Amino acid sequence: MKASIAWLKSLTPTTLDAQGLVSSLTMAGLEVDAVVSIAHPFTDVVVAEVRRVEAHPEADKLHVCQVFDGVREWQVVCGAPNVRVGLKAPLARVGAQLTESVHIHTAMLRGVESHGMLCGADELGLAEERAGLMELPGDAPVGSTLQAYLSLPDHALDVDLTPNRGDCLSITGLARELGVLTDASFTPVSIVPVAATSTAQLPVQLEAPSGCPKYVGRVIEHVDVTRATPLWMVERLRRSGIRSIDAVVDITNYVMLELGQPMHAFDREQLTDGIVVRFAHPDETLVLLDGRTVVLNEDVLVIADHQKPLALAGVMGGEHSGIQAATRHVFLESAFFDPITIAGRARRFGLHTDASQRFERGVDWALAEQALERATALLIDVCGGNAGPTIVTESPTHQPTRPTIRLRRARLAQQLALSLPDPEVTAILESLGMMVTQTSEGWLCEAPSWRFDLGIEQDLVEEVARVYGYNRLPTSLPAQAISMAAQPEAVMSVRRLKQFLVDADCQEVVTYSFVDPALQAMFEQEPGVRLANPIASNMAEMRRSMLPGLLEACRFNVNRQVGRIRFFETGQCFVPEADGLNQSERLGIVLMGAADRTSWEASRPVDFFDLKGLLDGIVALHGGAQLQYAEANHCAMAPGQTAQVVCQGQPIGWVGRLHPRLARALDLVKPVYLADLSLSPLLTGAVTTFEMISRYPSVKRDIAVVVPEDTSWGGVQACLESVHDERLRAIELFDVYRGDSIGKELKSFALSLTFQAKDSTLDESEIAGLMVMIMTRLKTELGATIRE
Amino acid sequence: MEELQQILEAALASVERAETLQALDAVRVDFLGKKGQISQLMKGLGHLSAEERPHAGAQINAIRDQVITALESKRDALETAAEAALLARDAIDVTLPSRPAHHPGGLHPVTRTLERLNALFASLGYTVATGPEIEDDWHNFEALNIPAHHPARAMHDTFYFADGRVLRTHTSPVQIRTMVSQTPPIRIVAPGRVYRCDHDLTHTPMFHQIEGLVVDRDISFSDLKGTIVTFLNRFFEQDLDVRFRPSYFPFTEPSAEVDVQCVMCAGQGCRVCKQTGWLEVMGCGMVHPNVFEQTGIDTDEFTGFAFGMGIERLAMLRYGIGDLRLFYENDIQFLNQFHGSV
Repeated sequence: MKASIAWLKSLTPTTLDAQGLVSSLTMAGLEVDAVVSIAHPFTDVVVAEVRRVEAHPEADKLHVCQVFDGVREWQVVCGAPNVRVGLKAPLARVGAQLTESVHIHTAMLRGVESHGMLCGADELGLAEERAGLMELPGDAPVGSTLQAYLSLPDHALDVDLTPNRGDCLSITGLARELGVLTDASFTPVSIVPVAATSTAQLPVQLEAPSGCPKYVGRVIEHVDVTRATPLWMVERLRRSGIRSIDAVVDITNYVMLELGQPMHAFDREQLTDGIVVRFAHPDETLVLLDGRTVVLNEDVLVIADHQKPLALAGVMGGEHSGIQAATRHVFLESAFFDPITIAGRARRFGLHTDASQRFERGVDWALAEQALERATALLIDVCGGNAGPTIVTESPTHQPTRPTIRLRRARLAQQLALSLPDPEVTAILESLGMMVTQTSEGWLCEAPSWRFDLGIEQDLVEEVARVYGYNRLPTSLPAQAISMAAQPEAVMSVRRLKQFLVDADCQEVVTYSFVDPALQAMFEQEPGVRLANPIASNMAEMRRSMLPGLLEACRFNVNRQVGRIRFFETGQCFVPEADGLNQSERLGIVLMGAADRTSWEASRPVDFFDLKGLLDGIVALHGGAQLQYAEANHCAMAPGQTAQVVCQGQPIGWVGRLHPRLARALDLVKPVYLADLSLSPLLTGAVTTFEMISRYPSVKRDIAVVVPEDTSWGGVQACLESVHDERLRAIELFDVYRGDSIGKELKSFALSLTFQAKDSTLDESEIAGLMVMIMTRLKTELGATIRE
Repeated sequence: MEELQQILEAALASVERAETLQALDAVRVDFLGKKGQISQLMKGLGHLSAEERPHAGAQINAIRDQVITALESKRDALETAAEAALLARDAIDVTLPSRPAHHPGGLHPVTRTLERLNALFASLGYTVATGPEIEDDWHNFEALNIPAHHPARAMHDTFYFADGRVLRTHTSPVQIRTMVSQTPPIRIVAPGRVYRCDHDLTHTPMFHQIEGLVVDRDISFSDLKGTIVTFLNRFFEQDLDVRFRPSYFPFTEPSAEVDVQCVMCAGQGCRVCKQTGWLEVMGCGMVHPNVFEQTGIDTDEFTGFAFGMGIERLAMLRYGIGDLRLFYENDIQFLNQFHGSV
């Protein structure tokens, strides 16, 4: 809402300057975004009359004029096409300043002296566009300064109103609020009813009284709609950011700005039989004022006549029934529409109008007649005509009422931690337009008809706090609740996991949760959840894993000459499943480039086992179940270098090398290793159960197990663990060998076995017995040959 | 006697000339070895008479001791020199970059800021609560006193799914979930990702918020103010002026926007604060009774406050980051700047 300060002060004559107004409005919740200049700070420009116009002897397009400034005539050379005898226009006299850089001097124009300059509105900062000389009205007082004539200097306040304060979408509303907040009191615009001078009527039917409980209208006959809007009105509209269109539209806009009541003017002769306010029929169409055709449906309130819809109620009028240059009789509408009936309708048709903005938030329901009287008076003043009687059609049972709200003294004191004296509270409530009755427990208040946001006690608490001043209220810290937070020992924090990865030289990234569906399809067999209204086609699908985002981050940096990447990210992923959407946290890691950070000596490239080491390192932090890695295939990972990660028998994710085919598609030259895992299993540890330590010595035996090439270490390990003898305390792999000495298609695992008993020293024969058992098992189950 | 003196001089000169340990050993053999010159002299003692023998023996021993001393001292010198040569050969350039036993990476500045926030609120007894990012309409809007046609819905440019669910526009649904599942006293912070359908210089379609909620007996607006002021001073590690401006949120009443004295210009007015000296950093208010009713909390027994703020905004002010979009490009040059302990 843009509001001229001069206009505001005409209703609430506060002595505050612009900064003072900004501060008091802003600190009362009506945030002023900007103080807008509405004219150049010009000096010595007066209302002048053009008395004589002659052609310039040397230039076709220039005129030599004699201009009267109230004291004497000046010869002024002027190039504007609309200069003519009798025209009143602004004259910048010699010595005047128009802007910081434009000063008016006596000048020779093609050999003719010019003493001053006749000005266009644009040259004074009063309009954006050039349109010849600014034409002042015939009654403009010659000799008066333009500043005084136009109530300058003035500024406009641009107030960013919250949706609850629709009552301030008018000069009256803002001025009323200033009357509460400042030293000055508010005087409403004085409105005198216009007596009927014709009997012209138009029947009005309210077929949807819940949406429109009250409709006030009036026929005004024999108006001249071609008359010019008075300059003062054009100026006030302009200072609120509204362009002048024609007298009738300007007057309805003016009343809306002044009082807050959106109005509409119809061409009476386009209305058949009378007005019907109803919901639209399905698929009914209407051509709007802006020329667009909209298709309506049954929850859209329309103003119609007996044949057709005329206007979108509370949003926009129709083209057909609007005021034209030939309009002779006008029907003025001033109605109350229920906010919920109007809410969202404008947006549905891609509209945002001054009317819908106000009706959605609530327009003072006691205002309709007042506004109609005001508009009638202005219209007759400007365009002439005869007003018929005011037609009020209403459904009293559907009209809003002023709610009675109880405010308890104790509640107010508790909420604000402050006991205000009763008279101070009463004064604040009354200043806001409430009817206040004091009771033993506090106050009973009737909210004013313009405040749709006051309905319950808490609303009044806010009003008292707001007017008293938030920053004057006390400040404290709440008493600490006496409770001890749970500290589950077996659950590691995400913070600890992240810290581990950071300590292992990894960098956390944060990528968007929505990804490019085409990119995601490279990593997934199934699509993800699609957004209905994505912001871009490459941000249209919710991620199912961390991989697309991480690869995108990887690619971004590789394109910027980064050769070594160690990224991780945690966050929610979204996987549609048979029984609903699975949203759970995952961890993703991507490694690329050198394994080590050193720059000046050769470093091997990172590989699968580096990434696996990070994963094992995470679970080692909390002593929970170790991760298992099962050879597997993943559509985005290289066969033979991919594993499914298993925790406690459950698959929790994948680790492997990015498939070279995808690497090529993503322009990644170096091998890239990826992991994507469910987060919570990685955080689930165990609380230690102490086991008695052995006091007896341990014994180590080294063996080499030669197995076929396709036997995995995991298989050997599982075979050894299946021995289930608690005296076998540890199995450690210390070499993997392939070579001619053991034969083709074979490999040798060199491993160290540690034996220890809890209750005795193991003797040679016991160890030998264990070794025989183990070696037999390896031979029979894996076909291994053993070299001791 | 002269012969003795000549041998001594020859021996000492040879020791002096020896430049390597090998050469020195040759000298030792030459004079003190089994067939060495001094050893030969000792053998020659047998030819002397019993009277001469002790005197001559003593003289030979004397020169022998002198030669031994000279050899040992020369050996020490040569060994020291040899070691010095080896060390010189093995000298390193100590200014080369380290081979780090432990080189840390870093947390994203959003996480880093979040962790500071969590820690600050934890010290006031708040616990961290989380919830899903794809939410239903009730948790994201209805329960927060934002019915279907409420104008406030226009304030949230919401991402929708075909089934009517939404990407949460704030972390307030976590507050709702907490109030539904717990009985007061409640004291939580809800950090996390939130989404708005808006993408330009100063908006990203995804960003992070942290919201706080306190519900207990006798919680007042004064408690809210004190909590916010304390928090802002701790977060920015400065005593800053803080002001509360009335505002509007459907889920709180009274509602306030919080401005903090500009941290860039100490309130003098600059580009960042648009010359106002104030930075808008968060919204807050007393929990609206309608929200309590939706979540089954007795509004006569309990009152509460809630607050919410954007993490990126705080991080930008804290670290002087001028461009929001940097947060999601994940450029290493950007991310690398936020290393070090939190």
